[in-house]
Amino acid sequence: MIVLEVTVFLLVASAGTAVVLTRDPLNQAIVASFYGLILGIMFFIYQAPDVALSQITVGAVALPLMILLALAKVRALAGSRRQDNDR
Amino acid sequence: MTPALRRRMFLVAAAVAGLLLLWGLTGLPDYGVYNGPYGDVLNEVAVAERKATNVVGAVTFDYRGVDTMGEEYILFAAVLGVAILLRAQRDETENPPDEDAADRNAPQTSNAVRVIGLALVGPVVLFGLYLVLHGHLTPGGGFQGGVVLATAALLVYLSGEYVTLRRVSPELVTDLAESVGAASYVAVGLLGVAAGTAFLDNVLPLGQPGELLSAGIIPPINAAIGLEVAGGFVLLLSEFLEQTLVIRRPGEVT
Repeated sequence: MIVLEVTVFLLVASAGTAVVLTRDPLNQAIVASFYGLILGIMFFIYQAPDVALSQITVGAVALPLMILLALAKVRALAGSRRQDNDR
Repeated sequence: MTPALRRRMFLVAAAVAGLLLLWGLTGLPDYGVYNGPYGDVLNEVAVAERKATNVVGAVTFDYRGVDTMGEEYILFAAVLGVAILLRAQRDETENPPDEDAADRNAPQTSNAVRVIGLALVGPVVLFGLYLVLHGHLTPGGGFQGGVVLATAALLVYLSGEYVTLRRVSPELVTDLAESVGAASYVAVGLLGVAAGTAFLDNVLPLGQPGELLSAGIIPPINAAIGLEVAGGFVLLLSEFLEQTLVIRRPGEVT
């Protein structure tokens, strides 16, 4: 059990670092989703399945989804501005 | 302020913060030690008192029901705020989301995504309903189940088109789900007032622990939250997609 706990701690630490080191927001959303999943697994290993479920739904699904949708909107806006300037 | 001075100030501040953190860490209880009395007390009494086998659910939806109501309305207000921010501006026009338009922002999805997405819709809906309805028995509840249910709508969009999403989740239905869900929480709370006790008091029949119809007001509250969260998230999803796919700024090529 202790091996599992140490492993998941190391995974959380490295996934968290990966989120910070990823610079492009689009890639970062995907890495953050992966980080949310790992955090959920950590909560599950520490016998908090309720929190794990919330973490996975919010951290791995809802948050990256909102980032992706916002990015799509921002890029669409930036694209149309560029077209305006070209004219 | 020169960069060198700024760096020196940062190093001093970081050292102080690090020392404080280390000092705090030395005062933490040992690994795996639990000192709080509440968890132990709840583990003893919750199943007997509320007939809910998921003690976490009993705490969030019954013992601390008012707290959870606040959380529900935070989400409600957040969704409302996004919906207001993303409304169509006066100078913007709405175009039908022609999926073959030249300026279509959404990339073509592959057949694999479409097939897997479509195959997942059914199981995801079922899993979401299971999470909502079994919140008092097993880990889960309205919040988690609601997000899972909303994911089904996302899968419909991924495996179909924006118009398909609107067809399975019309604006009226999502709006109604969100507001009815939010209002139902208070309505369930008022049952206690009507029965002559307190707001959010568990006045419904408790039943036997482990049965689907048990734990009094906890399942209705979970259903209300599930409805509100699912409606809210689908609303968010369609507002964002509408902004990206339907609404055009003036001068934009359509």
